[in-house]
Amino acid sequence: MTQLFPMQAIAIESRRRGQRLVGPIDLTLGGQGATVVIGPNGAGKTTLLQLLHGTARLSAGQINWACTTEEARHHQGFVFQRPVMLRRTVLENLIYPLRLRGVPKDKARKAAREWAARVGLEPLLGRAAPVLSGGEQQKLALARALICKPKLLFLDEPCAALDGRATREIEMILQTAKADGTRLILSTHDLGQARRLADDVLFLVGGRIHEAGRADTFFNQPETEEAQAFLRGDIVE
Amino acid sequence: MVDIWSGIAQAFWLVATLDAELVEIAGRSLRVTLSALVVACLIALPLAALVAVKRFRARRLVIAVLNALMGLPPVVVGLVVYVLLSRSGPLGVLGLLFTPSAMIIAQVIIIVPLIASIAHQSIRELWQEYHDLLISMNVTQTQKIRTLLWDSRRALLTAALAGFGRAIGEVGAIMIVGGNIDHATRVLTTAIALETGKGEFALALALGFVLIGLAVAVNLAIHWLGRTEREGRW
Repeated sequence: MTQLFPMQAIAIESRRRGQRLVGPIDLTLGGQGATVVIGPNGAGKTTLLQLLHGTARLSAGQINWACTTEEARHHQGFVFQRPVMLRRTVLENLIYPLRLRGVPKDKARKAAREWAARVGLEPLLGRAAPVLSGGEQQKLALARALICKPKLLFLDEPCAALDGRATREIEMILQTAKADGTRLILSTHDLGQARRLADDVLFLVGGRIHEAGRADTFFNQPETEEAQAFLRGDIVE
Repeated sequence: MVDIWSGIAQAFWLVATLDAELVEIAGRSLRVTLSALVVACLIALPLAALVAVKRFRARRLVIAVLNALMGLPPVVVGLVVYVLLSRSGPLGVLGLLFTPSAMIIAQVIIIVPLIASIAHQSIRELWQEYHDLLISMNVTQTQKIRTLLWDSRRALLTAALAGFGRAIGEVGAIMIVGGNIDHATRVLTTAIALETGKGEFALALALGFVLIGLAVAVNLAIHWLGRTEREGRW
């Protein structure tokens, strides 16, 4: 059985046209719970997630997994702020990642139906995914990412454009995934959501981690001035 | 005007009586064009997908050349294929000149750039939409191309139909490489050219109407088979 964690990011950086977007960041992640990356807009939350996932190129530094990078990628999923829907039915969207991994069609269909039932999309299985509502699309994106039972799931502001009800449904799915052993790393600028989901917090400003630690400590006794200001609701840049 | 009405009446009569010569010519037209279309799609669609997703040095040049070749003059294509296939040409040994195969080759050369250019545009747009998802799913290049081709199949159908339209109406190149030989390489367009040359305008018009009818029928059939325009499904 492949072991992903601990993951160590050493002095990772992302630069574009000579300008540093993120880093240098040193980070060690264990294999359990949910880490929430919070910070103001433009802090580099999305870029950090992409760097860790391997979809953005590192300008400097390195990321070490307990296994090979290729194996690590195989056991990860990513859910985007704006869900990307394949131009297929809900069922076909769910089947897709399983078929990529060579799962037989019958088995993939069965798993897809199970996951559709779990996230409440069973009545919509035959519908075209791109015509679903925003909340339904995000639930589908989440189910499509979780259907492969990833050990690590990145979520980039998964509820940014959703209403309260859809947000609650997404969070319930995430809590269940976490309980089932999936390691979550999600970015959000919604402090309420961060409080509800986080076991650990990474507070990012200007591409650098200003504070990192247990969620209850961060929310109750933030150490840095920026974190205190952010939690007060002041504008932090 | 009299010629037009006479042409319509004659077209109706030819179709209604299933005129043997018309059936033969129309059948050959369809066989040649559909064969060319299948071969052209097999070349153009993967090429379009590859150019859309793969980054390589001459990519822009390939796209520019494909776009430029959309306007290839058929007569020039016919001439080049003629030279290549003629007895003294490099491929003369194959003995393909003045056969339907030569006509298929000429049509393939004419419609590959057209299909590839239209398909490339659609696939590139879909690739922009899917890029982050497919990269995050760690798909291989082959899986990527298969996904893009499958999910843009409606647009690719349009590209293929554009190719079909160009090929079935083509006359210059296939006249040169086919020779318009009765019972061998005569197709609807070359027959129309021949009848017009003989002053048989009504018959030429009749064949023209049959050609239009055939093109429309094939388009409708492909749309129906492709199940386009169905609400809420892909």
